[in-house]
Amino acid sequence: MTKQIKLAAHFPGVNNTTVWSDPASGSQIDFASFEHLARTAERGKFDFIFLAEGLRLREHAGKILDSDVVGRPNTTTVLAALSAVTTHLGLAGTLSSTFNEPYEVARQVASIDHLSGGRAAWNVVTSPDAWTGKNFRRGGFLKREDRYARAEEFLATVRELWDSWAPGTLVGDKENGVFAQPGSFVHSGPQFDIRGEFTLPRTPQGQPIVIQAGDSDEGREFAAKAADVIFSRHGSLEDGQAFFHDVKRRLATYGREYGELLIMPAATFVLGDTEADAQEHAREIRLQQVRPETAIQFLEQVWSRDLSDYDADGPLPEIDPDPDAEPLTWGRVRHEKDQLALAAKWRSVAEEKKLSIRELVIEVTARQQFVGTARTVAEEINSYVQSDAADGFVLVPHLTPTGLDAFVDTVIPHLQELGVFRAGYSGPTLRENLFTTR
Amino acid sequence: MVSAQLHLGVAIDAAGHHPAAWRVSAAEPAALFTAGHYLTQAKLAEAASLDFVTLDDTLALQPGGVDVVRGRLDALLTLSAIAPVTSGIGLVPTVTTTHTEPFHVSTSVATLDYASRGRAGVLAVPSRSDAEAAHFGRRPAPAEEDAEAENAEVVDVIARLWDSWEDGAIIRDAATGRFIDRDRLHYVDFEGRYFSVKGPSITPRPPQGHPVTVVYDGPHAADVVLTRATDLDGVRAAVARFPSTKVLATVAITLAETAQAAWDRQRALDALIPFEPEGLSFVGAPAQLAAELPKWAAETGVAGFHIRPAVLPDDLELFAGEVVPALRAAGAFRDGYAGTTLREHLGLGAVANQYQGVRA
Repeated sequence: MTKQIKLAAHFPGVNNTTVWSDPASGSQIDFASFEHLARTAERGKFDFIFLAEGLRLREHAGKILDSDVVGRPNTTTVLAALSAVTTHLGLAGTLSSTFNEPYEVARQVASIDHLSGGRAAWNVVTSPDAWTGKNFRRGGFLKREDRYARAEEFLATVRELWDSWAPGTLVGDKENGVFAQPGSFVHSGPQFDIRGEFTLPRTPQGQPIVIQAGDSDEGREFAAKAADVIFSRHGSLEDGQAFFHDVKRRLATYGREYGELLIMPAATFVLGDTEADAQEHAREIRLQQVRPETAIQFLEQVWSRDLSDYDADGPLPEIDPDPDAEPLTWGRVRHEKDQLALAAKWRSVAEEKKLSIRELVIEVTARQQFVGTARTVAEEINSYVQSDAADGFVLVPHLTPTGLDAFVDTVIPHLQELGVFRAGYSGPTLRENLFTTR
Repeated sequence: MVSAQLHLGVAIDAAGHHPAAWRVSAAEPAALFTAGHYLTQAKLAEAASLDFVTLDDTLALQPGGVDVVRGRLDALLTLSAIAPVTSGIGLVPTVTTTHTEPFHVSTSVATLDYASRGRAGVLAVPSRSDAEAAHFGRRPAPAEEDAEAENAEVVDVIARLWDSWEDGAIIRDAATGRFIDRDRLHYVDFEGRYFSVKGPSITPRPPQGHPVTVVYDGPHAADVVLTRATDLDGVRAAVARFPSTKVLATVAITLAETAQAAWDRQRALDALIPFEPEGLSFVGAPAQLAAELPKWAAETGVAGFHIRPAVLPDDLELFAGEVVPALRAAGAFRDGYAGTTLREHLGLGAVANQYQGVRA
């Protein structure tokens, strides 16, 4: 059976993927930017808009990183405001299970679900480090090995709160003076021992959509058990298929159907009038994303050494990474654990292809899997989904806030023509749009 | 003599301030959990160019039996959901400070300021109930003195975080490859009695610089103090305690075309659920209230009033439609918004950045 593609729009974030030096680049803070991207995504019948989270400004070599986009607004506040200017688009936000408590997260997400008529989604993440904890009264109290234990119990507790008012308990009988019969909750576990009453009736979705982004074995298991959507980073066809099958096969353990968990990797795209145009445009964007100072910082992140004397257009350093040093970069997700092995791999790639530092960084961080004309990009996205490398994608534009405009205007019509993407929303709630096909 | 210009805020909680309001209000009970209900009230307040609306909040269910409104939306998120579709009215949610993170409080209020283009405030209130403590399970309910002192620390640190980015810190200098001038960002390094925060904020300084901080009459000041004193002597005493702050007095109102009709409404509500409001109260005709408010202000020195309509939208419609025009005719209230920000509405002026020019 032909699968229907799911699509989300990622608000461009603080990675170097976001090009700020382009004259068309707008504010990453002003509400107008969020409104523009959300309205564009809704015009394109996207499933949801996705906001990442930052809880401390990134630092490099002891100073606030100034070379990438810096700063963002509060996630839930933006989502609530977006509910006023959209009608069908899902509103997904990343909220830490470390620097929040279940009661407040349950309440914020439930409030957004009520305010938006059933369009809220929560991306559950863990943030274990004490460095981020310095902005919070509780500090970095969480041990790394406890991160999923806390996240799992956190989510279970939030779900109990969402369920604590049974359907129909908001009675609203004016005549007889019965407003509501709220339920109560008791949660007693190793992470949380809380009890009382939730402040909101059951929301339009009942259970708002839960997204999970972790990639470790525990993360995959957690998602298979409890999430509706996985936001993954396996962009290539083979990696995507391997990840897809690994996660989907875990669902049966929890009595869940194949289609109950959607896999949506992050993806970037570059469009052109011809293939050659698109390739040329993609190359220009890569050069903007990886400027000489970005390339050196990227290397320093792996080397844990000051490499500022090296020329980004010259060869890689002969010196090895210092695996015992404190990281030079704080606040960025680090996917590679073995620095020495990674450096060795990069050296061999650089020697083989005769690459400078900057060229190597462009090579190893390339994430534009969809480059081409509107038609070929639509066809490629569709072939990824039909061959089970994904259920859809979280598209990450490189420009704020207009980076999705051309995709919506030119690629979406092709996807609709292929019969693999909706021409209209199935219903008012995000759950209906993600899981029902009209 | 030209009367002093009053400042007027209005509470838009639930179906009105009276606990029986939901029984008689045109608003459906389910509507209290939608943005539309609050937007309707805010638009009424905005059409009358009132200074701001408030929306109350706690991290527990309101006390009471099945016959009162129980349950409510997060106040800051609700006002955020009406921010893009209003243009003049100030938006002042209650935000609790005992079990929440000051860092999140600061960025969420800053973001409300961005979403409303400079109309945000925050009514900072501690959580003193055992119910709230049990919902978090991290600490017992604090004693009053500690709760108030911690509330004051939160009000202090959220403003430090707002200031932790100087205006103009985002330079987007392609020539040097710098998105920000990091010398214009500041670690707040706050070490208080109750918590510490490193900073800087993740959110740049909001449009107003400092969104308006509001507290109830207590041991500590903010930009605005709301007093719930029940008589004019009490209001006068509150004004005396905060000589350099805008003090607004709470007034519960029940209005109708005649005093007799207003009292009939009041008695009907009280027959459903007997109720003594906090603060000053007024039951009568709009023209009488319009005559009283400037007198009360002159006698006590308050900068204005925080109006709590008994039933929404009824009492707000009468207040906006009849009391405000009468106040205008008497020269006691503005004809429209002169500025665009809540600080401008309240005549608070711009605030200098406490870190401006400080170099690490």
